[in-house]
This record gives sequence, structure tokens and C-alpha cells, in this order.
Amino acid sequence: MCDVLVLAEHHESEIRKVTFELITAARALGTPVVLWLGTGCGDAAVAAMGGFGATKILVADSTDVSDHPVVPGAEIVASLIESMQPAAVLVASSADGKEIAARSAIKSGCGIITDAVEIASDGTVTQSIFGGSTVVHSRVTHGTPLITVRPNSITASQSAATAVVENITIAISDAAKLVSVTNRNVVEKGARPELAEADVVVSGGRGVGGAEGFGVIEALADSLNAAVGASRAATDAGWYPHQFQVGQTGKTVSPSLYIANGISGAIQHRAGMQTSKVVIVVNKDAEAPIFELADYGVVGDLFTVVPQLTEEIAKRK
Amino acid sequence: MKIAVCVKQVPDTWAEKKLKADTSTLDRESADGVLNELDEYAVEQALQLVEANGGEVVIVTMGPERAAETLRKAISMGADAGIHVLDNNLAGSDAIATSAVLAKALEGRDFDLILFGSESTDARMSVIPAMVAERLGLAQVTFAQKVNVDGSTLIAERVTDYGFDTLTTSLPAVVSVVEKINEPRYPSFKGIMAAKKKPVEILTAADLGLDPSVVGAGAAWSAVADFAARPPKPAGVVITDEGAGGTSIADYLTTSKFI
Repeated sequence: MCDVLVLAEHHESEIRKVTFELITAARALGTPVVLWLGTGCGDAAVAAMGGFGATKILVADSTDVSDHPVVPGAEIVASLIESMQPAAVLVASSADGKEIAARSAIKSGCGIITDAVEIASDGTVTQSIFGGSTVVHSRVTHGTPLITVRPNSITASQSAATAVVENITIAISDAAKLVSVTNRNVVEKGARPELAEADVVVSGGRGVGGAEGFGVIEALADSLNAAVGASRAATDAGWYPHQFQVGQTGKTVSPSLYIANGISGAIQHRAGMQTSKVVIVVNKDAEAPIFELADYGVVGDLFTVVPQLTEEIAKRK
Repeated sequence: MKIAVCVKQVPDTWAEKKLKADTSTLDRESADGVLNELDEYAVEQALQLVEANGGEVVIVTMGPERAAETLRKAISMGADAGIHVLDNNLAGSDAIATSAVLAKALEGRDFDLILFGSESTDARMSVIPAMVAERLGLAQVTFAQKVNVDGSTLIAERVTDYGFDTLTTSLPAVVSVVEKINEPRYPSFKGIMAAKKKPVEILTAADLGLDPSVVGAGAAWSAVADFAARPPKPAGVVITDEGAGGTSIADYLTTSKFI
């Protein structure tokens, strides 16, 4: 079977869940071989990736990779496409993932498909576009398929393999070192899960009425171990930080459960959450378009409904 | 400094978008065409940099005839000139071909900075800035939430999953910006009038020396097999809160095994 190259998504030693989703997807196409760029690939990470079927972990850890964004990674991927001739390269639809795939595509003369939500064993990619309103099947027709996969779309499944670690050294050109990282600023995200990969997302919109109103949203989120999201109306008003914006100009989420509170459901917002599996809506306007997406909706004041729900959840745990 | 801003005409952000049955490409006629929202932030950033450091701003677009309106709209914010790559043979170009066209349109013009919005609201790939940087061999600083230029040094903050990275490079560079970088200005009446007189170069693929076999739908390195509208979701249950709305949601969550 052909190798399938998977680019591990991680922040230092912390592996993102999407890495396991990528390895799972790779198994349908061939033998998963993981590329780990930079530091942090310890025994725990190797064992975890092996648990999902990775047979080999290629570790490219050097200051060239850690001090310069994107481009060294793309050179390494392009070099591996040449030497390994993989059946496909799978990366996460993150900023780095997409750009490493983009530059590798140009370097290696390969087609690229972004934001896959499913990959069939014949290489056909499913995308959910225009805010989930259209489902597209497509294929790369030139070179090694470079496919970026949207987090939380493919269900990771265990398939034990023993992963062998191989340290690789690939020369990085000066052209790949034009930009230097001079400081990495880690913003405390607290105990909540990462928005893009959270299994449950609780969001607030215009109806929350102000920054202080997000207290009830956060309390509900914490009762469900959920990430907090916000509509553009709320982030533009400065009630909640921009990085939590869900929508066309923000993050795209696809959780098992999405609870929309005080969000009207303009296209702008729906584009970022329409593929959520179960949607709960709380809004005082019965005419709000978000109710069209609701599996379960309550027309009512979120400031009475949401705290009651939070309290009920606490009772039932 | 000489700054290029690459912009794209996209269907109105608030409109329903669809694909055309015959070509599997975006149906651009079904909705109003507007300047891609994220590109407005790139234009604003260019204008602010030129206001602080002197220089000129050139708006660059590739698109059909009606993309000229979008080009003028961007110029009316205060830019100095435009370049419109207009050629029917480019229709259906994928990101790979689009980046080749833009790179050709930009090269050899001594731009210190080439700015982009971080994504288009229609295709949402976020790959064109990286591809153009790759083709031109230029420094790439993408997803910037802050950009400072001091002489030939560029310092920027790149948004990451965990916060942001501070990046340093030397000009020239390709930069893409995110929406929190600034507050784009509205074109003034004076700007709108002035934009009508600003020079716009119209170029074909042949003018750019591009081999016709590398552009357009026929040259795409990926192909759509089929597409379909997502079946509408079956209507859910909507109740009106009469005092037990929260409890009823908890019941629903219990039944569906979330709690």
C-alpha cells in the first residue's frame, strides 16, 4: 500500500485532535506516515498517533523550522512528496496547514483541495461550501493530491499500530528563512476547549446585550465543557474577543452540539455553524431565521432560559 | 513606498450563493458583486501606510468585466491607480492558475508591499497570498493583525491558534491582513469622483506573457465531479418559554444523550 503523508497539527507537545482525524482519513487511502514539524514529539505523542494507525513519525525538528513560519514546512513537504511519492498529503485546515499545502502545491506541481469534510478511499473529496448549503465532490487531477481537512468533520477511530520514529534532516533554503519569528505570544485561553475543535459550542449574539451578558453564556458553556462562540454583531460591538467569532469572516465550527443564544442567524453567522450536528436555539424573536436550523428551539428571554438550563444541567450531572 | 493591494469581486456577503450547473463554478450573476469584505482591510492598511510613509497604492484585480466596479470602489477609498486583468480565457481558473496570473501582474513593478485580505468570502481557501509569495520568492507574512513598517523593516503580528506570533522581515513582502487590524474607511464623495479619473491598466493573459494552457477552467489541477444543494434540515421543535424553557432544553439534551 502507498504511504499517505499526514502533517501533524500541534502546539509544542500538545497534539490537536484533528491530527487523529487526519490519520484516520489517511488509513482509507493507504499507510499513514506522519510528519511532525518542530519540537514536542515525545513518547506520549508517538504512542497516541500510533493508536490511530500511524506507522511512522518523521520528525523535522530544527531551528530552521521553529524560527521561520510556513515556508520551511512547505519545503520539507515538497521534498517528501518527491522522495516518498505518497498517495496523498493530508493537512489540517488551519492557517499553517493551508499555507504549507498551498506552497507545496506550487513547488511540487500538485493540485490542492481545501476544507474537505470527508475523503473516500478512491480519493474523492467532499466539501461543504457556501456555509454548508452546497455539498461538492471533487478530485485532484494533477500530481499528488494535497488535501486540507476541516477539524471535527471526520470521526477519529482507533486502529493500533506501532509507530516508528525517524528524525529527518532536510536542507532549508535561505529563501525559506526571509521571515523570522521574534516572539510567540500565548494568549491564555483558560480551561475551555479550542473553538474549532470543540464538541460543544455555546454562542451569544446581539441578544446578549453587552459584554457583561456573556457571563450567562460562559456559565452554560462551562457546565457542558464547551467552547464559547460569538456572532459578528457581538464581536464587532466589542462584547467578546474577535478570535471567538463564528461565521463567514470568523471561525467555521462543526460541533456535535451548537447552542445559539440571542443570535438572529444571518447568512454571515450560519456560514460558520450550519454543519453542526445538533442545533439548539434560544431567541426572543420567534421570526429569527436561526430557528430554521434548530433541532430544538425556545422562544424566550435568554437571561431566564439560559441560567435555568445551566442549573438543570448541574442538577442532572 | 509602493503598495499593491489585490482585491476580488465576490457575491454579496449576505446573499445566498450557488454553483452553476454547467461549469460547477460560482454563479456570479445570481447575486450582486461586491468588494470582498476582508480586502477592504487590506486597502485601509495600504492607505494608512502610505499616509505615514508617503508613496502610492495600486489596486490589482483579476475578474470579468463587471469586476471593474469593484476595482473603482477600492480605488475610491483613496488609492492612486488600478490594474485589471481581464480575459475571458481566465474564467474558471483555480487557485493555482489565479496565483500565476496575479504573480505575473505584480512582478517587475517594484512593489515594496503586496497586500491581501486573509480570505475571500466566497471560496474561503486563504491560499492565494502564500501561493503568490511562493511564485515571486518574496517574504510571506499572513493573517496579520498588526503591521508596522520602519524603513525597510516590517514587523507584524500573525494570528495563531494560541495567540499571535511577532514576525520580522525585510521589504519587499507579501502580507495578508485579518479584520481586526483596522476599521476600513468609507469612500468619500470626493474619493468616488476622483476614482473615476484614476488610471486603470487593463491587461490580458497574453499581455502578461502567460501561456494560455496554464490558465482557465481547462488548466485546473482539481475537478468537480458533482455537487448538490444540501437537503434542508427537517424542521425541529420550537416552543415558547412559559417558565420552563431551560428545563425543556435540558430534557432534550438528556434524551439526545448530551447530558
